[in-house]
Amino acid sequence: MINESLAATSDTLFSIAVGLYSLAVVAFCAELAFGGRTAPARQLVAAGGGPVEQPVAPAGGADDEPARARRWGMVAMALTALGAVVQAGVLLTRGLATGRLPWGNMYEFGTAVVLVAVVVYLVLAVRTPSLRHIGIFVLAPVVLSMVGIGLFLYASAGPLVAALRSAWLAVHVTTAILGFGIFFVSGIASVMYLVRSRYEAKVAAGEQPMSRIVHRLPGAAALDRTAHRTAVFGFPIWTFAVIAGAIWAESAWGRFWGWDPKETWAFIAWVVYAAYLHARTTAGWRGRPSAWINVVGLGVMVFNLLYVNMVSTGLHSYGGLN
Amino acid sequence: MTTTVERPAAAPPPPSGPSSARRAGSTLLRWWRSLTAMRTALVLLFLLALAAVPGSLLPQRSLSQSQVTGYFADHPDLAPVLDRLYLFDVFSSPWFAAIYLLLFISLIGCVVPRAVEHARAVFAAPPPAPRHLHRLPDHASVDSGLPGAATLDVVEEELRVRRFRVVRREGRYGPELSAEKGFLKETGNVVFHLALLALLLGLAGGKLWGYEGSILVTEGDRFCNTFQQYDNHSSGALVDAGDMAPLCVTLDDFKAEYEENLTAASFTADIQYGLAGSASRDTTIGVNSPLRFDGDRVYVTGHGYAPVFSVTFPNGDSFTDISAPFLPAETQTMSSEGALKLPDVPGSDEQLALQGLFAPTGSVQGGVLTSVDPRPLDPQVAVFVYEGYLGLDSGLPQNVYSLDQTQIDRGNLTRVGQANLSVGESTTLADGTVITFSGVRQFAAMQVSHDPGQVWVLVSAIAILVGLLGMLLLRRERVFARTTAGPGGAGTVLVVGALTRGSADTAPRFTALTDDVAAALARRARTEENPRT
Repeated sequence: MINESLAATSDTLFSIAVGLYSLAVVAFCAELAFGGRTAPARQLVAAGGGPVEQPVAPAGGADDEPARARRWGMVAMALTALGAVVQAGVLLTRGLATGRLPWGNMYEFGTAVVLVAVVVYLVLAVRTPSLRHIGIFVLAPVVLSMVGIGLFLYASAGPLVAALRSAWLAVHVTTAILGFGIFFVSGIASVMYLVRSRYEAKVAAGEQPMSRIVHRLPGAAALDRTAHRTAVFGFPIWTFAVIAGAIWAESAWGRFWGWDPKETWAFIAWVVYAAYLHARTTAGWRGRPSAWINVVGLGVMVFNLLYVNMVSTGLHSYGGLN
Repeated sequence: MTTTVERPAAAPPPPSGPSSARRAGSTLLRWWRSLTAMRTALVLLFLLALAAVPGSLLPQRSLSQSQVTGYFADHPDLAPVLDRLYLFDVFSSPWFAAIYLLLFISLIGCVVPRAVEHARAVFAAPPPAPRHLHRLPDHASVDSGLPGAATLDVVEEELRVRRFRVVRREGRYGPELSAEKGFLKETGNVVFHLALLALLLGLAGGKLWGYEGSILVTEGDRFCNTFQQYDNHSSGALVDAGDMAPLCVTLDDFKAEYEENLTAASFTADIQYGLAGSASRDTTIGVNSPLRFDGDRVYVTGHGYAPVFSVTFPNGDSFTDISAPFLPAETQTMSSEGALKLPDVPGSDEQLALQGLFAPTGSVQGGVLTSVDPRPLDPQVAVFVYEGYLGLDSGLPQNVYSLDQTQIDRGNLTRVGQANLSVGESTTLADGTVITFSGVRQFAAMQVSHDPGQVWVLVSAIAILVGLLGMLLLRRERVFARTTAGPGGAGTVLVVGALTRGSADTAPRFTALTDDVAAALARRARTEENPRT
C-alpha cells in the first residue's frame, strides 16, 4: 500500500526545504548587514518633511538601499521560493506514497500550514516589494516551526484512519490549513507593526533609535494594512473551515457541534478574529490594541494545534503521535 | 428586562412624577446605548472567548461523565468548588448564557437600526455633495472646455458605465452630482449579523426539541426508538416521548476492516430499519455515513465483541448461546472487559456470573491473557466465575458491564473458578456446572439523534458566510462632482471627490476614473468644436 521509496523521498525533501529556508534566513541577514549604516539618518531627515499620508520614515524601499543589499535580498527571495517548491514536493510525494491527501496527521498538517504561510509571504512580497523586508521575521519562525514539526510531530507515511476517509477531509482540512497559514503571516505582520509603530513613535518624539533592522521594515501603516488585509482574506476561509467541520461532524460524530476541545478553540479563534476585525474600526481600539488582538488570535491558533492535539483528549485525535 | 423594574427604585427621591420617569427613561436609554455600542460588543466578544476556555481545559459532563468523576476523585477539595461555578457544565451554565444573551441583545441593538437605515438608504437618493470636495480622501480637479451641465453629463455617463446610481442637483455651491454604488457591502453586513441571530435561534430550537439515545446492539438484536430501550439518552425540555418516530433497527452484521498495519480502515453495519408495524428495508451504515430517515439519524459510533457462552447446570438444564458485550479497554488491540450475569440459575438459589477479559487474538504469557490483534483471529477469554448474590434487585443502579464490587467485598459473591478458554473449550466448576466458550459475536454502539434545528442552523451558517464575503470583499463607493466657472470666467473647472469604504488602494481606481473623465471631456470638446457635417 505505502510506496516506501516515495515516502523516503518525501522525508529527504523535508530536510532540503529546512536547509533552503535556513539559507534564506542567512541571506536575509546578509541583506540587513549590507544595508548601510548611513541610511537611517538620511531617511529621518527626509521623513521630517514627508507627505502627510506617511508622516514618518517611509518604507526602507528599493530606492535607498545599496545594490549589494538588494542583491542579497533577491537571493533570499529566490531561496525562499525554491524552499516553497521543495516543501510542496514534500507533500506531493507523501500524497503519492500513501495514495491520499497529504494532511492526515499533525506532521502533514503543520507542513502544509507552513507552506501556505511561505506562499502568502511570497505573494505579498512580489506584489508589494517593500514587504520583502519582513522576510527574516517570517522565515525565522518558519524554520523554527519546520524544525519543531520534524522533531516532535513526525509521523511516518501511513494510511488514514477510518474516521478521516471522507470527502470532507479535502474541504474541511484544506480550508483550515489555508486559514491557519494566512493568519500566520497576518499575526507576524501585526507583531512587526507593534515593533515598528513604537520605533516611529520614538522617531516622532525626536529620539534616534539606532535599530537598523526596524528601520528597514515597511512603515507601520503599511504593516497594519497588510495584517488587516490578510486577516480579512483569512477570516471567511476560517469561517468556512469551521462550518465544513460542523457539517462533517454531523455525519461522523452524530452532532454538528458538541464543544469538543478542538471545536471550542476553533470557536475561540473565530471570536478573536471577529473581535480583531471589529476593533480595527472602533475608536480607541485602532492601531496597537487591535494589533495585539491579532497576535492573540495567532496564539490561539497555535494553541489549538499543539495543546488540543497533544494534551487534551477529544474527538480530533488524529495527530498520529500516540 | 429586570433593569426596568429596579432602576426607578434605585433613583433618588423624585421631586415630581414625570421628571423621575424621564430620568429613569434617559438612564435606560444611556444603558441601552452603551450596551449596543461597538466597544461593549467587543468586550462581550472577548468575554465569550474567555468563557469558552475552561470548557476545553476542564472535563465536561456533556462530553464525558467519567472524566468528571475522575476529576472529582483526583481533586476532592477543588472539584466541588468548581462544580458550584458550573465549570463542568460551562456551555450550559447561566454565566455563559448571560454573556451570549447580552452579546445578542447588543447585536440586535446594533444591527436592527443599521438594517432600517440601510433599507432607507437603498431607496433614497445619494446624499448631496459635501461643500469641500478637496477634503475627501480621493479628489482631483479637471479643466473642461465644456459648459457646466455638459461637463457633468460626461461625468454622469462615465459613472453610469461603472454602474453607479447618479443624481444631479443644483446645489448651493454650484451644479453638482452625487453617485454611489456598493450597497451589497452593507447588505452583506446586515445579513451576516441577522444570520448570526438566526443561527442562535436554530441552535436553541434544536436543543429544546432534539434528543439523542445510544445503545449497544449485538449482531442479530433489534432496538426501537424509545427512551426505555436506550442505555443512555438525553432530550430537550420540549420533547414529547410520544412524538418520537417509532423507528426500529436490527443489526444483521457488523464488519471492521483493517489495513496491513492494523489501522482501522472501515466499520460498516448491515441493518434493517423501518417504522414499527411496517416493512423494513436493508441498508449499510458506517463511519461518516449514517442513516437519515424521517428526521432521525442513526449512527455507528463504536464497536466491540460479545463472547458467547453455553452453561450446562448439574441438573441437566442448560443455557446456550448467551452473550454480553465486553467493552473495549484498548482500541489498538480490542482487548475488552465485561461480565455475564445469570440471575436465574435452574435448580439453585445461588446466582452465577462471569467476569473477565476477552482478546480477539489471544496470546497467553505466564498465565496472563493479552490481545495482539484487533481482528478475531484467535478469540480467547480469561474469566473468573462467581457464585452468590449479584445485588441486581438491591434497588441501587448497577453497571451492566461489570460485577458490583461491593457484593464481592462483602462476601456475597465468591469466586468459584477461573479459566482461560479458546473457542470450544470448557471449564467445569466444583458443583459440576460446565461453562463453554462457544464463539463470538460483534456488537455496534449505535446512536439515534434528532435535531430539528440543524437545517435551520446550516442555512444560517451559509447566510453568515455569504454575508461575510459580501461585507469583506465588496466596497461601497461614493463619488461627488461639482462644476465652477474657470479662473476669469473662461471654461469650467470640474472638481471630483470620492469616498470608499472597504478598500485600501483606492487611488489607482480614482485616477482611472478621472483620467477617463478627462479623456471623454477632451473628446467631447473636440467634436463640439468640429461638428461633423
